[in-house]
Amino acid sequence: MRSVCRVVERVQETPSTVTLRFEYPSVARPGQFVMLWIPGDDELPMSLSYVGPRKGVTIKVMGDTSRRIQKIPAGAEVGIRGPYGNAFDTDLDRVLVVAGGSGAAVLAPAAAAARERGAEVRVALGATTALELLFDRRFQEMGATVQRATDDGTIGEKGFVTGVAGRLLAEEPFDAVWTCGPEVMMQKVIRAAAPVGVPVFCSVERHMKCALGLCDACALGPLHVCVDGPVFPATALSPIPEFGAFKREPSGRRVPA
Amino acid sequence: MADLRARFAGIELRNPFLLASGIWGESGESLKGAYEAGAGGVVTKSIGSAPRPGYPNPTIETYERFGFLNAMGLPNPGIEEYPREIAVARAAGVPVIGSVFGADADEFAKLAERMVPTGICAVELNLSCPHAEGFGSEIGQDPAEVEAVTKAVVRAVRIPVIAKLTPNTADIVELARAAERGGAAAVSAINTVRALAIDVRLRRPTLSHGLGGLSGSAIKPIGLACVWQISESVKIPVIGVGGIQTAEDALEYLMAGASAVEIGTAVAFEGIGVFGRLVADLSRLLDELGIPAAADAVGAAHHVAARSG
Repeated sequence: MRSVCRVVERVQETPSTVTLRFEYPSVARPGQFVMLWIPGDDELPMSLSYVGPRKGVTIKVMGDTSRRIQKIPAGAEVGIRGPYGNAFDTDLDRVLVVAGGSGAAVLAPAAAAARERGAEVRVALGATTALELLFDRRFQEMGATVQRATDDGTIGEKGFVTGVAGRLLAEEPFDAVWTCGPEVMMQKVIRAAAPVGVPVFCSVERHMKCALGLCDACALGPLHVCVDGPVFPATALSPIPEFGAFKREPSGRRVPA
Repeated sequence: MADLRARFAGIELRNPFLLASGIWGESGESLKGAYEAGAGGVVTKSIGSAPRPGYPNPTIETYERFGFLNAMGLPNPGIEEYPREIAVARAAGVPVIGSVFGADADEFAKLAERMVPTGICAVELNLSCPHAEGFGSEIGQDPAEVEAVTKAVVRAVRIPVIAKLTPNTADIVELARAAERGGAAAVSAINTVRALAIDVRLRRPTLSHGLGGLSGSAIKPIGLACVWQISESVKIPVIGVGGIQTAEDALEYLMAGASAVEIGTAVAFEGIGVFGRLVADLSRLLDELGIPAAADAVGAAHHVAARSG
């Protein structure tokens, strides 16, 4: 069943990213998602960027729907169902977080949970430009070490965040790599971690309808992102030819990822 | 060990459990996955002439363990794209029943014809989706249309034609008789039951489309009654659908007259492993009841009812 929740806070995180906070007491773990319904508009899967009783989702403008969601003001009512899906295993000692753009949204609560357990967390944080770096301060405040990369070089290294991740992997031992971002980026992270034998876990996005493992809209090879994921070990994703290659439209038609 | 094979309309399956249309059927990998999980065969998502995104979300409302209300709006990639998905399942040896929907007899026939070369073992006509304007039950509530559509498809293809019927009508038996007159090799019953949910705080239906169709254990007694009545009124076999979650549910359908059953909503509650469990449980249940073969149970309750008057 769906709950109707009031948006209690709206935060403009970056020029293109907004966080909406709402009171939704169900227990959630970092990595899980909810179906967020804007009454009269669409319902979308959104990874939780905050997993406590006051939960949050962080939305980047991708198309018309995300643009409309961003305009939801504090005080508005939204429908929430979930949380759904699996979570990151945060019981680790040394974690490398590799975030591309809004991928930091799902990785921040996982990093926070690992830090609370006393883990060392290194973050490779990437964005198009300095102003678009998401949750930079949040990662620092939880005691993670952040290294940055931007496409235009306005902060940190000029280039892709995968370069930073590759260097960190070569320099330091890690128990796991957590990554979220464009699939091509995640594939590069997987390739970078392979020689040093560090397991990689990816948070994957697909169009969803039911979120219950019924409708097949989020089929990814033999997997269903809604119930088998959204967090997958690289070993599950690498054999799937469509990972990084194509997604399915709401009709089920294949389109390039 | 009980013999679980199902034979109907010239089709032979290793067990009577089919993946219902609309569940998992968007990708070939998923159809293959359902078969590998133990299903006797699979029914594809209903396929139309052109890609169709379906309705905007929300398209589903959940009622804990007893079912779902959905109005997906017949999303499908269209007949040009979909054969590649069937090919994936066929390459793995999966018996595939192709489901199609059209606005008239001619469109149904063309779609069925296009699907035959993919190697499907039968075609199921979606005459029963309760929430798509101009399709499904809007056609399927009229016995004359059911007969005309069935006849056109039977003329167009050489494989068995199965008409999936709607319970949203005064008399589903009339629809089954119409399908039989049209030359259907079998009928499936039932599709979802038209239903509605409203969010009282927001004062609006919870589904974007408003009306939807109810599935799950809430509709099992309705499906059973339909299968019972249909099997008493036509000579062609019946495939039972609606709310099956246990082997006992399935056996009820068989005893009501179904030669096979389709499983849908239970996949959400239990995952695709539901097929393996149902197969094992049905085998045990038949052994326990001293019934040597699933086929022996088909219609069994009718004989008892006749004897006991």
